[in-house]
Amino acid sequence: MSEKSKSISSKKSSIEDERLKKVSNLKILLNRPELGALGGSILVFIFFGIVAGDTGMFSAYGMLNFLDVSANLGIIAIAAAMLMIGGEFDLSIGSMIGFAGICIAIPAIYWGWPLWISILFAFAMAVLVGYFNGILVVKTGLPSFIVTLAMLFILRGATLAITRLITGRTQVPGLRVLIENDPIAWVFATDTFKWLFTWLGSMKLIELRTDGTPLATGIPPSVIWFILLTIFATWVLMKTRYGNWIFASGGDKVGATNVGVPVGKVKISLFIGTACAATLFACIQVLDAGSADTMRGTLKELEAIAAAVVGGCLLTGGYGSAIGAAFGALIFGTVSMGIFYTDVDTDWFKVFLGAMMLIAVIFNNFIRRRVTESK
Amino acid sequence: MSDYFVQFNNISKFFGKVIALKDVTMKVKKGEIMCLLGDNGAGKSTLIKTLSGVHKPDEGEIIVEGEKTVFDSPKDALDMGIATVYQDLALVSLMSVTRNFFMGREPQKGIPFFKTFDIEKANKIAADRMGQIGIDVRDPSQAVGTMSGGERQCLAISRAIYFGAKVLILDEPTSALGVHQASVVLKYIVKAASQGLAVILITHNVHHAYPVGNSFTVLNRGKSLGTYSKKDLSREKLLGMMAGGEELDKLEVELKEMDRINKSN
Repeated sequence: MSEKSKSISSKKSSIEDERLKKVSNLKILLNRPELGALGGSILVFIFFGIVAGDTGMFSAYGMLNFLDVSANLGIIAIAAAMLMIGGEFDLSIGSMIGFAGICIAIPAIYWGWPLWISILFAFAMAVLVGYFNGILVVKTGLPSFIVTLAMLFILRGATLAITRLITGRTQVPGLRVLIENDPIAWVFATDTFKWLFTWLGSMKLIELRTDGTPLATGIPPSVIWFILLTIFATWVLMKTRYGNWIFASGGDKVGATNVGVPVGKVKISLFIGTACAATLFACIQVLDAGSADTMRGTLKELEAIAAAVVGGCLLTGGYGSAIGAAFGALIFGTVSMGIFYTDVDTDWFKVFLGAMMLIAVIFNNFIRRRVTESK
Repeated sequence: MSDYFVQFNNISKFFGKVIALKDVTMKVKKGEIMCLLGDNGAGKSTLIKTLSGVHKPDEGEIIVEGEKTVFDSPKDALDMGIATVYQDLALVSLMSVTRNFFMGREPQKGIPFFKTFDIEKANKIAADRMGQIGIDVRDPSQAVGTMSGGERQCLAISRAIYFGAKVLILDEPTSALGVHQASVVLKYIVKAASQGLAVILITHNVHHAYPVGNSFTVLNRGKSLGTYSKKDLSREKLLGMMAGGEELDKLEVELKEMDRINKSN
């Protein structure tokens, strides 16, 4: 080949490259799964900033309030998102929350177990439930939608029946006194950065009670867990081999199996993940409230899936992000609390939730088509 | 030891009463492209699955590098260096080029329990390997869905070679491709063989097989019509041997007959 033609061809390719680079930069931004949820979060904050900016929603106390709600939802939404990326659903998350709650409360109150052993027991049960869900889905090849729907009823029913059998009631109070001096419970029940709030209060920068102590006393444990989980899940998904396997398992089960990805193990571990996230949710709420309620967590599985979808997860699997799910949870938490600060009737919250999800699904579908069909 | 890298001797496979394969024999040398031709239903898929360890043959033997071998699973075949690129390519279109290239075999770095997927290294290798085939991956983090069919095929082949394939079984690599894309893929297959790989190319397209193949095995209704080297076989003869050939001749005669009748009316 002559030198001349070589230079011509290289010139040509460099011109083409420049053109493509411009497109691909925009594409990279547009193709990020969390883009929609990030934009949505910004819009929600702008909206409430205008409508409820002067109501106390954005005071330290108000912010911790909606962050706490978002964080609780976020904990299960992130696990649900990872499972969705892996190509499956878990509809038993909400029931698992109720079940985990009584797994902590009944041994601790009625059987005299130390609280920390009860907590470990609840997590052990979560691993069992998650493993059972996972192995059923993997071995039978049935849709996880059906398998976990069955588990939704089984767990909720068992929770009610067992609790009534042992206690004669459907609620188990009296946990608060057990938290003190327990070697583990503080992990789920301690407000952090109290010194910061005391200092802010002393500087008169945040609202105070009549006795001079700050109204907001510290960052609730849910928020800390939520942030740690978001970082951990993102690291796993983007930076580890296991993360690649999650995307592969959800994107193309057969293909992934053919190149040696242990799809079954990946899916089972993700089901264990959602059950454990539900248990973490239950720990935080049960220790905060001081009582376990058999109906706790009802419909939470759908909110978690909605947050994951708003966060960019495709219902068909193989695509999504943990940060997106975190922003999805932030949107729902902010709106569900923020609506109290506006003149809008709170009945409208569900309408918003549904509309938001619909928009997200349409948007996600568009993104998927861009990614898979542009050639 | 014979100079054949893999030999499949008198392979038979039955599914209940159905005889899917009967006494099929074929062998391939290093650096050689052996084309397996056959019409739909000739037993090509069953044969591929037997070669790649998905099915166990009911009769016959598989000899790899002179030693008799039994594959219990696709992994066994893979460990012997027999890699199969299926029609679905085992690529996830939503995932990036790099993530697909290393799917299931990701390079890792870091300390135990905190090992991370070494994306920088993986990106470099993937881009490098694709570059060697002449596919300029502008951005190895782009989704595979944005690549053309030929590029995807080349990615799947190049992945198999990178991970140590000595025998490459390609299932209809050109069937879904246009003329230009198909020629790119075929060129790459020839290049792979010239570097010492044994290639089994499965196709029903004689025009794709004939220019690149060194020898040809034709399957018809589960039986081999024999293996011929290129010098003993013309393209026309090969076409004729394919199940369609004879029937197409008949069709031509019938059409002429119809034409004649129409004219005489």
